[in-house]
Amino acid sequence: MALYSDKVMDHFRNPRNVGVIEDADAVGEVGNAKCGDIMKMYLKIENDTVADVKFETFGCGSAIASSSMATELIKGKKLDEVRELTNKAVAEALDGLPAYKMHCSVLAEEAIKAALDDYYSKHPEKL
Amino acid sequence: MRIYADNAATTRMSRSAIDAMVECMEKEYGNPSSLYTLGQSAKETLERARTQIAAVIGADPKEITFTSGGSEADNQAIRSAALAGRKAGKTHIISTAFEHHAVLHTLKKLETEGFEVTLLPVHEDGLVRPEELEAAIRKDTCLVTVMYANNEIGTVQPITELGAICRAKGVPFHTDAVQAVGHLPIDVKAQNIDMLSASAHKFHGPKGTGFLYVKKGLPLLNLIEGGAQERGKRAGTENVPGIVAMAAALAESAENMERNTAHLIPLRNRLIEGLKRIPHSALNGDAVKRLPGNVNFCFEGIEGESLLLLLDDRGISASSGSACTSGSLDPSHVLLAIGRVHDVAHGSLRLTLGEDTTEEEVDYMIKNITEVVEYLRSFSPVWRDLVSGKHPFIL
Ligand SMILES: Cc1ncc(COP(=O)(O)O)c(C=O)c1O
Ligand SMILES: [Zn+2]
Repeated sequence: MALYSDKVMDHFRNPRNVGVIEDADAVGEVGNAKCGDIMKMYLKIENDTVADVKFETFGCGSAIASSSMATELIKGKKLDEVRELTNKAVAEALDGLPAYKMHCSVLAEEAIKAALDDYYSKHPEKL
Repeated sequence: MRIYADNAATTRMSRSAIDAMVECMEKEYGNPSSLYTLGQSAKETLERARTQIAAVIGADPKEITFTSGGSEADNQAIRSAALAGRKAGKTHIISTAFEHHAVLHTLKKLETEGFEVTLLPVHEDGLVRPEELEAAIRKDTCLVTVMYANNEIGTVQPITELGAICRAKGVPFHTDAVQAVGHLPIDVKAQNIDMLSASAHKFHGPKGTGFLYVKKGLPLLNLIEGGAQERGKRAGTENVPGIVAMAAALAESAENMERNTAHLIPLRNRLIEGLKRIPHSALNGDAVKRLPGNVNFCFEGIEGESLLLLLDDRGISASSGSACTSGSLDPSHVLLAIGRVHDVAHGSLRLTLGEDTTEEEVDYMIKNITEVVEYLRSFSPVWRDLVSGKHPFIL
């Protein structure tokens, strides 16, 4: 049995939405190099909707795949919906992750939450 | 191209080892403890293997006990010395910070049983300083255990000197030589080694077979109770086919050692030189005092598991000391022991070459590792912060 599902390997090998948004409306960065995974999410927000999203990740296969999947799950979504995104949803969309890799999907959820926090701190009226 | 560059994890069995194993299974299926001809023939085969193995490390056949591998040999050696120590009122053990877990976890267990363990530093070059060992030995030291060659970074310890110090102080000296046997010349008598662990699958023998050398006169504790096999020191019907194959593999490795070393060192150095050209990378461990086939690098700004997966896609089997490959949050204790900080240790890559590695394969690895490192850095937030000057480069 392979370590990862085909879905994880697909997102790992061909990550979606990789890169930087220079004039991002919100940026969230979580993790630290000590534990081995760092994710950074850049959001472009228009009409309370994620108009564009990009990510950068330092981390293992499941960290990269989780970031990629998370960006797909929130792209074009209303912020209210984005706020509801859970790591479980990310892991499920990837057809599951090995138990000891679940923390990587948690990081994806946290990176998006951190970006939203950044957005609301700049736009408290939107909350 | 498919390249196997993980010979420190395990090796492919040699043709002669496979042939010896199959022949033994077909013809020598008797139980060595049985008194009829078939059993006694198996017993003779077993003893021939013991003699062959002993000869390679300069030991007496009676000093060789067969085990299920390196881990068991380490456990048995350490437990034996600890028990003898306790009986003599000595409960201090000296080892190093970067031993294999078969040693470190046994020592941890002994700590809970009242032993005191001193772990010597291995410094940036991955080498123990003999004078530091000498200074650490106390009146109540019952064992010094230092690995011959490290399984991750390949550094080779000054075993002869360490052995001489222990001999002079009258302290039993064990070495986990799992990575060295079959690859480096070993003479237990000349090197003052009292106990030595080895594992067949690291020198083209089968998995699940190994041996422990214990100098005549030193007490040996049996971990497995039962029958009187191995002079009562290791119960259980002997793995005759595995042992015979181990002997064949070791004899072959010993016979070809000079040629293999002459083949591997230039390839290893070519690989090191090639990978050094990747910016912000560093070789782990001393460049010269290392196993002929071991290359271990850290690449700043990337993580090891994703590197391994992408290399696997390109046909390269390698390993890493990153946390995410081990299932824990900490990277390799070996890399931490030589002073690599977490950030850098996560981005490690170990390539361990074998006798059939070619120059073409080395060049393929250099090219592909360079490309994959560059690719992973292209979307690494850590790399971005290094390049932008937000964080200083470490390597
Ligand atoms: C240095 C060292 N010691 C011990 C072991 C354990 O050997 P085995 O797998 O035969 O139990 C290994 C191999 O994994 C090793 O590299
Ligand atoms: Zn991870």
